[in-house]
Amino acid sequence: MAEVLVLVDHVGGKLRKSTAELLTLARRLGEPSAVHIGPGAETAQVTLAKYGAHKVYVVEDAAAEEYLVAPQAEILAALVERTSPAALLLTSTSVGKEIAARVAVKTGSGVITDAVDVNAVDGAVSTTQSVFAGSYTVTATVTQGTPIVALKPNSAPIAASPAAGVIERVEVAISEAAKSARIVASEPKKATGRPELTEAAIVVSGGRGTGGDFSPVEAFADSLGAAVGASRAAVDAGWYPHSNQVGQTGKQVSPQLYVACGISGAIQHRAGMQTSKTIVAVNKDEEAPIFELVDFGVVGDLFNVLPQATEAVKAAKG
Amino acid sequence: MNIVVCVKYVPDAQSDRTFNAEDNTTDRANVDGLLSEIDEYAVEEALRLAEAHEGEVTVLTVGPERAADALKKALQMGADKGVHVCDDAIHGSDAAATSLVLAGAITKATGGSPELVLMGMSSTDGVMGVVPAMVAERLGVPQVTFASELTIEGGRVRARRDGDTASDTIEASLPALVSVTDQINEPRYPSFKGIMAAKKKPVETWSVADLGIDPAQVGLAAAWTKVTAFAKRPPRQAGTIITDEGDGGRKLAEFLSAGKFL
Repeated sequence: MAEVLVLVDHVGGKLRKSTAELLTLARRLGEPSAVHIGPGAETAQVTLAKYGAHKVYVVEDAAAEEYLVAPQAEILAALVERTSPAALLLTSTSVGKEIAARVAVKTGSGVITDAVDVNAVDGAVSTTQSVFAGSYTVTATVTQGTPIVALKPNSAPIAASPAAGVIERVEVAISEAAKSARIVASEPKKATGRPELTEAAIVVSGGRGTGGDFSPVEAFADSLGAAVGASRAAVDAGWYPHSNQVGQTGKQVSPQLYVACGISGAIQHRAGMQTSKTIVAVNKDEEAPIFELVDFGVVGDLFNVLPQATEAVKAAKG
Repeated sequence: MNIVVCVKYVPDAQSDRTFNAEDNTTDRANVDGLLSEIDEYAVEEALRLAEAHEGEVTVLTVGPERAADALKKALQMGADKGVHVCDDAIHGSDAAATSLVLAGAITKATGGSPELVLMGMSSTDGVMGVVPAMVAERLGVPQVTFASELTIEGGRVRARRDGDTASDTIEASLPALVSVTDQINEPRYPSFKGIMAAKKKPVETWSVADLGIDPAQVGLAAAWTKVTAFAKRPPRQAGTIITDEGDGGRKLAEFLSAGKFL
């Protein structure tokens, strides 16, 4: 069976949730081999094997940590040349997509990003994407080289399928040219105790209607174990960090449940959340376009509705 | 410092964007277009840097005839000259081919030695965010992408890049390619003077062959990816909308409980 390379998405060796999703999806296309660049492979191996990695290629090179994108692309391009895989799967984050882009140019391969599904159809890799702010669904294939597919987090439920996960250490010489954009400082995002926005099963977002007071939004999010998002209007006003922005120029999220609080639902915002499975909105303005999208909407003041809902959720959870 | 800003003409997100049924490409003819919003931030950053470092700003676009509108907007904002790569052969190009054309045009426009190339972090139509990385790869210059803050001093680029898990500071030497987010500045509106001045600014139009690129390497037939089908997403089923009469929060919690979200 053909090998399928999966780039392990991790932070200092700690796996991000999307890695197990990619391995689960990769099994549809062939035999998954995880590619772990950086430290922590020994710890990650257990999980990688659990979700179906037959092999774990480990590349430890300080340059991959120290320089942006280009060294990781060289490592993957070398592994693609070596293993002629049926596909290369990555997480569709800004870094994942940029690595995919450079590997594509290096190996003369087609690249598809922001996929929400991937399948083998008639021996080819077929992907599904949601485009134009979620108004169209597109299927696409790669017609040249190795199919390189970046999949959005939350694209598939994870399923274990234990495999050997044999570690194979690989040396790849990184060129001097790839060591040109240096990461001179890295400040981890402040820990909030909440799940990460793109990975979260539930997202509660606040917008202009919060008037800058996100406390009811955060309290409701915490009662649900949700991540907190913000509309562009709220971010532009300086009420919430840009890293929490949901929308065209922020994060694109696809959670099981999305709760929009005091957000009108302009196209800019819809582009980031329209593929959510269930959508709920709380907004004072009954004409707000967000209500066109919702499964459940409350026309009302979020400062009344959210605290009451928070108490009710807490009571229901006991 | 001479700066090349790459911009894209995109279908207006406010209009009903769609595809061409015959070849599954983005419909760019029947939908109103404009300069991709994020590219305005790249143009603005270029203008500010050119003002600070006494440089010249060349704005570059690849696209059909109507894409000249995107150039015009950038020239009205204050860019000095325009380059339009316009060639029927380009229709249907994927990101890889687009990056090939852009790299070729940047090389030609700068006599082979670009100093600073600026781009938006992604377009508002394709939204892949891969073209800047591809152009950097092809030009062999440092990739400093998703910059939310940018300083250039003594031939060095320094940028803040906010990722999912950390905020990184990236440094590189010029020449470099930088892509920017909408956090980096507040783009200016063209002034009346700017609008009048733009009419006299030079715009060169180049074909793919002018860049020394074989037209067979670009366009739909040469694309490394292929859209096999597109379908309008069915409208979401109309949901339940209630008006809060003092129990809206409890009803919301009941809905979530029924949906097993608790």
